[in-house]
Amino acid sequence: MDFTPLWDWFRWLHGATGIKLTIFYDSFDRWRFFNGFLTSVRLQAICLVLSVAVGVVGAWLQGARARPLRWAVQGYIQIFRNTPPLVQLYFFYFALGYYLSVEGEAGLRTALIGNFTWAVICLSLYAGAFNVEIFRAGIEAVPKETVEAAEALGYSRLRAYVFIVLPLAFRISLPALNNNLVNLVKTTTISYAIAVPEMLYVANQIWSDEVNVPEMMNVLLVIYVSLVGVVVYAMNKWERALRVPGYVS
Amino acid sequence: MTKRLLEFGVFALAAVALALGPAAAQTLDKIKQRGEIVVGSKADYKPFGFRDPSGKIVGFEPDMAEDVAKKLGVKLVLEPVVSSNRMQFLQQGKIDLMIATMNDKPDRRQVVGIIEPLYYASGVNVLSAKKAGLKNWEQLKGKKVCGIQGAWYNKPVAEKYGAEFLNFVGQAETETALLQGNCVGWVYDDTAFAERLADAKWKDFEMSLPTIMEEPWGLAVRLEERDGPWGKFMSQMIQDWHRTGRLIELEKKWKIPASAYLKKMHEEAKKAKS
Repeated sequence: MDFTPLWDWFRWLHGATGIKLTIFYDSFDRWRFFNGFLTSVRLQAICLVLSVAVGVVGAWLQGARARPLRWAVQGYIQIFRNTPPLVQLYFFYFALGYYLSVEGEAGLRTALIGNFTWAVICLSLYAGAFNVEIFRAGIEAVPKETVEAAEALGYSRLRAYVFIVLPLAFRISLPALNNNLVNLVKTTTISYAIAVPEMLYVANQIWSDEVNVPEMMNVLLVIYVSLVGVVVYAMNKWERALRVPGYVS
Repeated sequence: MTKRLLEFGVFALAAVALALGPAAAQTLDKIKQRGEIVVGSKADYKPFGFRDPSGKIVGFEPDMAEDVAKKLGVKLVLEPVVSSNRMQFLQQGKIDLMIATMNDKPDRRQVVGIIEPLYYASGVNVLSAKKAGLKNWEQLKGKKVCGIQGAWYNKPVAEKYGAEFLNFVGQAETETALLQGNCVGWVYDDTAFAERLADAKWKDFEMSLPTIMEEPWGLAVRLEERDGPWGKFMSQMIQDWHRTGRLIELEKKWKIPASAYLKKMHEEAKKAKS
């Protein structure tokens, strides 16, 4: 499909009104902004899935019989919940990254883990720490009698968790989870600090080159409102689909 | 249309020069008569022009001003200027000469008399590990390079050479990212690198590419005096500075990394003389 007339319209818009949206008519800016958008969406999607997984596993481990395991989970939650995500990101990339570089090709020092991977690790663990607590709240709201009934029917602890406790707990946790995931989508912007070419980073590059800060700020605003809207819409749909009549209102 | 505008511009300039010529031509005489020269210099741009602990303005450019005063046999008065008022100070006659780290730009040439030859320049280069073996800019294609967020040359370098930029907020983060091997090299001002290369920490690194996108600096007199005696005097002054290597000497004195531009100008001036 040929978009040239559309791009030309934005060029005309700049000439006529001074609204400088180079992300449409400058091919280099268009390319990098589109890539920034894709990077953002990819980062958000991966972190959403991983952080929920961390939450599910973490909440199960919280109820483990072995004390060291419970302590480990508690320690993880406290560390990740009580420190700013930006500090964590810097710590991972600049402090841990220092010990994780090797002599690579032609004896050049090469980083083992790239900035995108560090962002995924850090943000998933950060949001995951909150998710563990969110799921714990849901699990504790499942009536003790239900768990005992499962035990009476011969369910092991793991099977009771997977088939009975978690599905019920999930429904109770969804509104809080929804909140945290929306927060996660927005928090991915901090990965610009370690040069992950996501949208905020790219927008920053573009407005330094083109001096069109207000335009790019508005573009970011519109895109983020839409992205968060999509997440909220999907979560609400899911919430409705999972509803057990008469169980959680 | 453009041509007519241009013609008009030239005519207007000539008219202004004619009108102001006789009065302005006296700056050189005025300096001698007063026994002092007022030079506009930066006071916040280390090491080109800054205040020492006693409050005196010192640096690379004040030393140049001192040379001018010495040559004229007058007393030097330094007037601190900033980028937003330096050209106005000159136009208003508050200063006789401006040496204030100013880039030579076409639109500025319309306002003040930038004297040829230009006296300094900084450009863009890459700091990379010697083992990376960078020899030309084309080798950066598809490679990751580190940079500073918001530097004006990031986009042209990315567009022209296909380098993939990892840009950080400050120099410290960029330095760390480079040392940890997150990029093959760091694209930045060549003047910022030469200073680092003198440090043992960077012994495995080099700045092996030719400097590009060089931005020269010019000193200026009032526009109408550019081709008059005062402008000619300053032009001769700069030529002498380049020929004798005085600017390179000053560069060393203020521990400014050696600029390729000064070296080139020095060699050219020597050749022209012999």
